Amino acid sequence: MSDTHAQTVAFVRHTEIPPAPPPPGQTGAVKWMRENLFSGPFNTIMTLLGVYIVYTLVVGIFPWIANGVWGVDNIRECREITQGNGGACFAVIEQRWQQLLFGFEYPSSEYWRPTFAFVLLFVAVAPVLFLNLPRIMLAFTGIYPFLAYFLIWGGTILIPITALLGFVVGYFAFRRLERNSFAAGLFGAVAAALITWWVTGFLVQAAPNFLALPEVASRNMGGFMLNMILGTVCVSLSLPIGIALALGRQSHMPIIKWICVIFIEFIRGVPLITLLFVANVVLAYFFPPETSLDLILRVIIMITMFSSAYIAEVIRGGLAALPRGQYEAADSLGLDYAQATRLIIMPQALKISIPGIVNVAVGLFKDTTLVSVISMFDLVGMIRGPILSSTDWAGVYWELWAFASVLFFVVCYGISQYSQWLERKLQTGHR
Amino acid sequence: MNETAAMQVSDEVAIDIQGMNKWYGTFHVLRDIDLTVFRGERIVICGPSGSGKSTLIRCINALEEHQQGSITVDGTLLSSDLKNIDTIRSEVGMCFQHFNLFPHLTILENCTLAPIWVRKTPKKEAEETAMHFLEKVKIPDQALKYPGQLSGGQQQRVAIARSLCMRPRIMLFDEPTSALDPEMIKEVLDTMIELAEEGMTMLCVTHEMGFARQVANRVIFMDAGQIVEQNEPEEFFNNPKSERTQLFLSQILGH
Repeated sequence: MSDTHAQTVAFVRHTEIPPAPPPPGQTGAVKWMRENLFSGPFNTIMTLLGVYIVYTLVVGIFPWIANGVWGVDNIRECREITQGNGGACFAVIEQRWQQLLFGFEYPSSEYWRPTFAFVLLFVAVAPVLFLNLPRIMLAFTGIYPFLAYFLIWGGTILIPITALLGFVVGYFAFRRLERNSFAAGLFGAVAAALITWWVTGFLVQAAPNFLALPEVASRNMGGFMLNMILGTVCVSLSLPIGIALALGRQSHMPIIKWICVIFIEFIRGVPLITLLFVANVVLAYFFPPETSLDLILRVIIMITMFSSAYIAEVIRGGLAALPRGQYEAADSLGLDYAQATRLIIMPQALKISIPGIVNVAVGLFKDTTLVSVISMFDLVGMIRGPILSSTDWAGVYWELWAFASVLFFVVCYGISQYSQWLERKLQTGHR
Repeated sequence: MNETAAMQVSDEVAIDIQGMNKWYGTFHVLRDIDLTVFRGERIVICGPSGSGKSTLIRCINALEEHQQGSITVDGTLLSSDLKNIDTIRSEVGMCFQHFNLFPHLTILENCTLAPIWVRKTPKKEAEETAMHFLEKVKIPDQALKYPGQLSGGQQQRVAIARSLCMRPRIMLFDEPTSALDPEMIKEVLDTMIELAEEGMTMLCVTHEMGFARQVANRVIFMDAGQIVEQNEPEEFFNNPKSERTQLFLSQILGH
C-alpha cells in the first residue's frame, strides 16, 4: 500500500492478489513444540519439571502393576510372593469380584439377572441418547424399568405388569380428559391409575407365584449394582422433575412458584448426607407403623429430590439465557404455552444446560456411594465393611480403592464424552 | 401505484382500536389511541424512539397487555380470554427487528412448525406451503440450513415466510430493517412491497421513508405515546401539519 501514496491518492486495483502459503517454520510439530513447550526459560523449566513428575509416577506405579499377584486366597500368601518387590495384590479383586459387583447377600445362582438387566440397560438408553435410532425403540425404553425391576428383585411377573398397566390406564385417562382441562386430565389419570392398582392388587395376591423368579429383598442388594441402580433411577427421575421445578419457578401462578422456590432452596441448603439419614431413620416416623417403605425406595426419593433441585437451577440458567424474542416469536405464531415450551424453549434451554446437567449427573452418580454411611453395602460399603474387615483381606487398601476408582471413572468419563459429542452434534451455527 | 393501492382498500374493518391506554408500572406509554385499519390498508407508523410505536403494534397481537380501551381484530375482541388471544395470534403475522427465528430448527422446520402444531396441517402439506412461500421470498435453496448459516437479510425474509405460512390476514412489522446492513435492507423491502401489492393488510413500524412513500396509503406519526398526525404519504411528507412532525421529518430527511 505504501507505494500507492507515493504519486497519488487515487488507486484502482486491476489484478487480484492470489493466496500464498505461509512462510516456512510457521507450521508443523517443531513450531508447535517451540510455541507450547519451550517458548521461554520459565516455560522450559515447567516442561522439564512436568516430564520429571510424569516419569516418577510411571516408575513408581509400574512395578506395582507389573508385579501384581493374581490367583491366591488371602493377603498372607500374597505378601509371601511379593516379598517387598512392591507388587500389588490384585487377587482380592479376583476373589471378591462377585461381592464387589453384587454385594454379599445376593444369591449367586441369580447373578445372571442383574447382569442381563445391565446389558438391556444399554438397549433401553440408546434411543434416548442417540436421536437417529428408530423411534420404535422407545417402546422398549418405556417397558425397561418394569422389566429391570422384575429381573433384579424377582417375585411374580404380575407386579411389574400391573404397575405398567396402571401407568398405561392413567395415560389414556389423561389423553381423554385433557381436552376438558389439564387439571382434570391430571387428577383423572392419577385416580384411574390408583383404581387399576387397587383392583389388580387382588390379582397379585391371588397368584403370588405366577411366573415368579426367586425373590431378592432390597436389603440384599449391594456392590456396584446398587450404585448403578441408584444412579440410573435417580438421574432419570430427577431430569423431568428438575425441568418441572425450573418451569414452576418461572410460573406466573404465585402458589406454584413459591412451592418450587421453597422446595429448591430448602433442598439445596441441606447436605445430602442429612437427607440420607432422614431416609434411613426419621422417615419411618411419618408412616403408620405397619407400613414399611422399602429402604432403597426411601433413599431413591431423597437422592432424587436432592439432584432434581440442582438440575432445576441448572435449567433455570438455560431458560434465563434464552432471548425474550424466542418467547415472543412462539407467542406471535399462536403456539400455546405447552407447545412453545416443548418445541421452542426447552430444546434450546436444555442444550445450553447440557454441561451443567452432566455435571450434576456425574456428581450424583458418585454421591450414591454415600449410602455406605447408612449401612447399605454398595461398592464402597462392601470394601469398607465385609472385605476389609475379613481376616483374609484386611489391609489391601490400594488395590480395592483403585478398582472402585476405575469402575466409577469409566462410567463418569463415558457420560462426559457422550455429553461433549452431543454438544457438538447439536451445534447449529448460531452463537 | 398509490391509486391502484387505494382501490384495494375495502371498507371492511380489520383492526379497530378504541380509547386504548397502556401503562408500564406508572409510566403512561400509550395514551387514548383510536385507530381503525381497513382490510387491505398499508400503514406506516413512525416517530422518535420511545414514542410507543412498537408497543402499539405489539398490543394488537397481545404480546403486550393494554389496561384500558378495546382492541378488536377481525371481529374478535382482545380480552384476557386465552382462546381469543390464540385466535387473533393465528390470524395476525408478525416480523421482529431481530428476526427471532428458532435457531435449533432448520429454515423449513421454522416455517412448518406453527402450521403443523397450531393449524394441525399434515406435515407434507405444510412443507409444500413452506416451500411455496420460501420461493416467494426467493430463498428456497436454503430450506435445509439453520438460521445461523444465513445472512441477516435472508433471515428476515425467512421470518416473513414463516409468518405467511400461517396464512395471516394481517401482518405486523416491528422495525424489520433496523438491524440489517444497508446492502440487505433492499431485499427485505422488496419482499414487503411485493406483499403489499398483493393486498395484504400491513402495519409497519419503520424509518424507511422511501418505502412509506411507495407503499403506504396512510402514515401515522407518534410521539410521547400519542398519535400526533396521520395522513396520506404525499401530504404527510410534503405538508406536515404539526410542529413536532415537521421537526421529526427535518431530522430524518435532513441529510
